[in-house]
Amino acid sequence: MDLDSAKTIAFALVVGLGVIGPGIGLGILVSKALEAIGRNPEASGTIQTTMFIGIAVTEALAIFALVVGFIIKFT
Amino acid sequence: MSGGLHISLAAERLGSVFGIPITNGLVAAWATIIVLIVAAFFIGRRPTLIPGKMQNVFEMLFEFVLNYMEETLGSRALAERFFPLIVTIFLFVFTANELEFFPLIGSVGVTQNGVFVPILRAATADLNMTLALAIISFVTIEVSGIVALGILKYGSKFVNFKTGVMGFFVGLLEIIGNLARLVSFSFRLFGNIFAGEVLVAVAMAFLPYLLPVPLMLFETFVGLLQAAIFALLTLVFIKLAIMEPHGEEAHREGAH
Repeated sequence: MDLDSAKTIAFALVVGLGVIGPGIGLGILVSKALEAIGRNPEASGTIQTTMFIGIAVTEALAIFALVVGFIIKFT
Repeated sequence: MSGGLHISLAAERLGSVFGIPITNGLVAAWATIIVLIVAAFFIGRRPTLIPGKMQNVFEMLFEFVLNYMEETLGSRALAERFFPLIVTIFLFVFTANELEFFPLIGSVGVTQNGVFVPILRAATADLNMTLALAIISFVTIEVSGIVALGILKYGSKFVNFKTGVMGFFVGLLEIIGNLARLVSFSFRLFGNIFAGEVLVAVAMAFLPYLLPVPLMLFETFVGLLQAAIFALLTLVFIKLAIMEPHGEEAHREGAH
C-alpha cells in the first residue's frame, strides 16, 4: 500500500470513527433540550442558548477528528 | 488529490515584507479590518439623540447583547466592562467568516510556480488567526479571574491542599481543562470554517453551480453560529473565572 492511499484510508477512518461519539452526544443533548422546552415552554430562550453552547462543545470533538483527518490527508 | 480541487491546509504565502511572510489569510484579515472600520465610520458618523433607521437597528442589537451579558454576569458594571471585547470578537469573527462568501474571494489569484494561489482566503480558515484569537480570550479569562478574586484565591482553584487529595486532583484537572480551552477554541473555529470551504469545493467538483448554493447558505449560518459561540464561550468562561472557588461554598454549606 503506498503512502497516498494509506493517507486516504486513514482520513476516512479518523473522520468516520471520530463522529460516532459526538453524533450520539448531540442526539441526547438536543432530545433532552426539546423535552425541557416541552415541559416548560416559557424557558425556551435560556434552554436554547445553553443548548447551543452544549452543541458547540460537543461538536468540537467531531471537529477535532476532522482537523486531525485534514492534517493526515493534506500534509 | 484530483486535479480540479484546490485545497491547502495552511494559508499560502504570497510574498514577504522585511522577511515577514505575507499569506493570503493575513491579507483577508486586513480586508476584514478595513470592512469593519468603514462600516463603523458610516454607522457611527453622526449619532443623534433621536436615532435614524440605521442607528436604531444597531442600538437595539447592542442593547440586546448588553442586557444578555448583564443577565449572565450578574451586574451592569461587569457587563459594560467586558462588552467591548466580547462584541469585538463577535464582529471580527463574523465578518471574517462571511467575507468568504463574497464574489472574487478565493477566485482571484496569482500563479506561483505553476500553482494557483488565491489572494484572499477566509481569515478564520487559518489556524494562526484562530489560535491568536484563542490566546487573546484565554489571557482575558485568566487575567479577569485574577483581578476579580486576587491571585491567591484564584490560584486556589488550581492548586488546592485544603480539601484533601481529591480536591488536589480536581485542581489539576482544572488546569488541564483551562489549557485545553486554547486547543478547543482555536480548533473549533478553524475546523468549522475550513471544513465548510472544503465541503463547498467538493460540491463544486461534483455538481457545479447547483449543489454549492444550499451548502453555502448553510455555511453562512455556521459562520454566524461559530462567531456567536466564540463570543458566548468567552463570556461564560469569564463568568466561571470570576466566580468564587467551589471548595469554600461546599465548606459554608457543610457548616450549616
